[in-house]
Amino acid sequence: MPDTGLSLEDVSFLLVWTAVAIYAAAFIAYTIDLARRGDLAVKAKDAAEQVAAQRVLVGAGGGAIDAVRAEEQAALADLEAPIAARKRYLWARIGTSLTVLGFLFHLGGDVLRGVAAGRVPWANNYEFALTGTLLIVAVYLVVLFRYDLRFLGAFITGLVAAFLGGAAIAFHVDVTPLADPLKSVWLVIHVFVASLATAFLALAFALSVLQLLQDRRERAALEAAEGRQTRGGLRFLRTIPSAEALESLAYRFAIIGFIFWTFTLIAGAIWANDAWGRYWGFDTKEVWTFVIWVLYAGYIHARATRGWRGSRSAWLSIVGFSAVLFNFVIVNMFFKGLHAYSGLS
Amino acid sequence: MSDPLRPADHADSAPDVREGIAQPKLGVVGWLRWGWRQLTSMRTALVLLLLLAIAAIPGSIVPQRSADPNGVSQWKTDNPDLFPVLDGLQLFDVYTSAWFSAIYLLLFLSLIGCVIPRTKHHWQAMKARPPRTPARLSRLDDHAESVVEVADGEDAAAAAVRAVDLAEAQLKKAGYRVERYDRGDTASVSAERGYLRETGNLVFHGALVGVLLSVGIGGGLTYTGQTVIIEGDSFVNSIGLGYTSFNPGRFVDLDGLPPYALTLDRFDVSYVAVGQAGQGQAGDFAANLTIDEPGQQAREGVVRVNHPLELDGDRIYLMGNGYAPTITVRNADGDIVFREDVAFLPQSSTMTSLGVVKVPDGLPEQVGLVGFFYPTAAMQHSGAFTSAYPALLQPLLTLDVYAGDLGIDDGTARNVYALDVAGMEQLTGRSIDVDSIELEPGETADLPNGMGTVTFEDATAGGAPEVVKRYVSLSIHRDVGAPFVLAFAILALAGLLAALFVPRRRLWVKATPDASGSSVHIEYAGLARGEDPAIAAAVADLARIHGESLTGRRAADDTKVD
Repeated sequence: MPDTGLSLEDVSFLLVWTAVAIYAAAFIAYTIDLARRGDLAVKAKDAAEQVAAQRVLVGAGGGAIDAVRAEEQAALADLEAPIAARKRYLWARIGTSLTVLGFLFHLGGDVLRGVAAGRVPWANNYEFALTGTLLIVAVYLVVLFRYDLRFLGAFITGLVAAFLGGAAIAFHVDVTPLADPLKSVWLVIHVFVASLATAFLALAFALSVLQLLQDRRERAALEAAEGRQTRGGLRFLRTIPSAEALESLAYRFAIIGFIFWTFTLIAGAIWANDAWGRYWGFDTKEVWTFVIWVLYAGYIHARATRGWRGSRSAWLSIVGFSAVLFNFVIVNMFFKGLHAYSGLS
Repeated sequence: MSDPLRPADHADSAPDVREGIAQPKLGVVGWLRWGWRQLTSMRTALVLLLLLAIAAIPGSIVPQRSADPNGVSQWKTDNPDLFPVLDGLQLFDVYTSAWFSAIYLLLFLSLIGCVIPRTKHHWQAMKARPPRTPARLSRLDDHAESVVEVADGEDAAAAAVRAVDLAEAQLKKAGYRVERYDRGDTASVSAERGYLRETGNLVFHGALVGVLLSVGIGGGLTYTGQTVIIEGDSFVNSIGLGYTSFNPGRFVDLDGLPPYALTLDRFDVSYVAVGQAGQGQAGDFAANLTIDEPGQQAREGVVRVNHPLELDGDRIYLMGNGYAPTITVRNADGDIVFREDVAFLPQSSTMTSLGVVKVPDGLPEQVGLVGFFYPTAAMQHSGAFTSAYPALLQPLLTLDVYAGDLGIDDGTARNVYALDVAGMEQLTGRSIDVDSIELEPGETADLPNGMGTVTFEDATAGGAPEVVKRYVSLSIHRDVGAPFVLAFAILALAGLLAALFVPRRRLWVKATPDASGSSVHIEYAGLARGEDPAIAAAVADLARIHGESLTGRRAADDTKVD
């Protein structure tokens, strides 16, 4: 092979930056999609109303919430529609195609990083970000086969582009040999499963945010039905399912994430018992893993508690994921502890 | 009722009709009962969970005595005014503090109060039969129906029974518990599955109690001890002889420690070569030991990071390593007044190390030496030495000499790694502009004021593998509770999987012959008990499969008749 002056590590880094650029483009496409969906939804509604108006003189009153419910019912059917039967949103298709392309570059970058290092590519902060965001995209793309969650595309690609780009700027370090405590099979298992958990919790977080927005729109529609003046919500919300449907979907992702997180905790304890001589010592990272676990345990209880179902539990999911991000960024960078593997000095 | 018993404010429980109704005055027992109900409610458990999460956070911000004792001392030095306030709030011992303990104990009390009656109830439910088929299945959200023509010459009522027989067999095969409720001409089967969901839920919560008990009880039987062994030296597993520090649990038999001895033959380490990424990074640590146990042949053992040595129920961990220069001090007559391998504490990743020599007797005054050891000495621009690389490429020992009172005569415990210079006069060092003593292995220098000499011995002369000996710090643990904690944690995970992913659902199939007797009206319905995203699909599948096999069989019968 001719010497191009580029090491595998350099090629990996280039691929990662390319992936960031493609994800950013996907983000733009998905955002345009959301804007156009709102537009299309309004036009469809106007058309339907005209038809209705021509047929009968529509009785005035409480139609607003019924209209919202009807939209949501249609959106729920769209959400669960098989791939062939999905709405052909042009910009969403562009967004998804770009996301797949970005994912391939991202995967290439991650694998090459692993090859260059001769080990799994998740042993310092840069690599955690690299693999963690890869898993977020992977989970999103896999879930797309089952549910039409393309309305989350803007969030997912935006989050991943920001995180991956940020990590490439702030966290990037050259490949160095593994520190002794990291030479363990648990590095492969514990860190990978933690990243996987993060991916599912990210999806749950996005759905919980949408749930809150949708809930606001529903309440606004109810108030409008009572003749009060209200502000309309974001228009693309017309094309996504009801707050309740979003909540139950968020919950499904959250419990998968929670199971993985529980496993992460147990695997981490087993590793700590071999590496540090105790399975639990309230090290800063252990504390935050515990805090996150308890927050999501709270979320799961909230889902089953009267008066906490709905928006309150959604807030818990949001707080939980904020803690996950805090644990990854702030705790790794600024907190002192035994989990000092960020590779940053 | 085969529903799981749940706290009154569970989302799936019926709303408490008594709420808002004037209640009779409560007596003491009534109030206790009320308090217990509150404590075991979902809302309380939820609030306690959130409190627990919040209460755990300060322990990650303020250094903890358990995880980072040096951090606590440093914090005290940095914030002398604030320290007593935070200490009073037990913020340096968050996880053993009264407030943190109160939260988790209440949480576990709430949990136990909730789980015990639920377990009793679930036990009965497991033995109970599925509930009676509701009168109007069409009222349920997940519902399907079909009309099946009765074959010529067949009684419609018999066809209905036959259809339900088939459904019963299919449901039974699919793992449902079934019960027939035939009334008059109408045949129906009630089926329920997913008892494992509540079992998993109870197992999960019970296992958490198990984890807590294992930690609590195991802690009393657990000990950890630290020791330092220099190459060629031995450690004897006994409180008086071996340990530099020892933390036993309350019920540990201190005289019953397993009687073994460990000798450090050699400590291995490799460093990333100069010029490569991660230059000087240390790895592949291995403490090669000889293990002696009474009545047994001596054998070899290795302690590595991630691979503790297991010995007589103890686990021996490699926690640190460093250099232990051999230093000899002679008086003016040439008599040896001090000769030891002195363990120096590493101060940097390049193993610039700090050590202290205390010579209480044999010299005109008590003498303390504060030494820096540089395995690869390099001169900085400032003129001070530093170590450029952690291996022994250019070993150098510098010593500052102090004379006076070491402060050890009155029996006060002193840190062997620190010299209290109050009451001592510094005789060499940069700060007083007298050159420090600088020694390479094998060299000897005079002490100031003609007190004598100090020698940095070449350890290979004594048979050591390198010019300077190395030492390891080992941590020796016995944790009786750990295997139980692990077992309960895995049990909890298994329970959690069942509790979250096994759907609890009821299905009903009802067949009613129509008035004319020419067809049978078949209804299918399902009811989710708790989270069950697949209930609609389950009802649809049941209707489809049952319908197909029913008409398929009919078709087969027809062919036979023809």
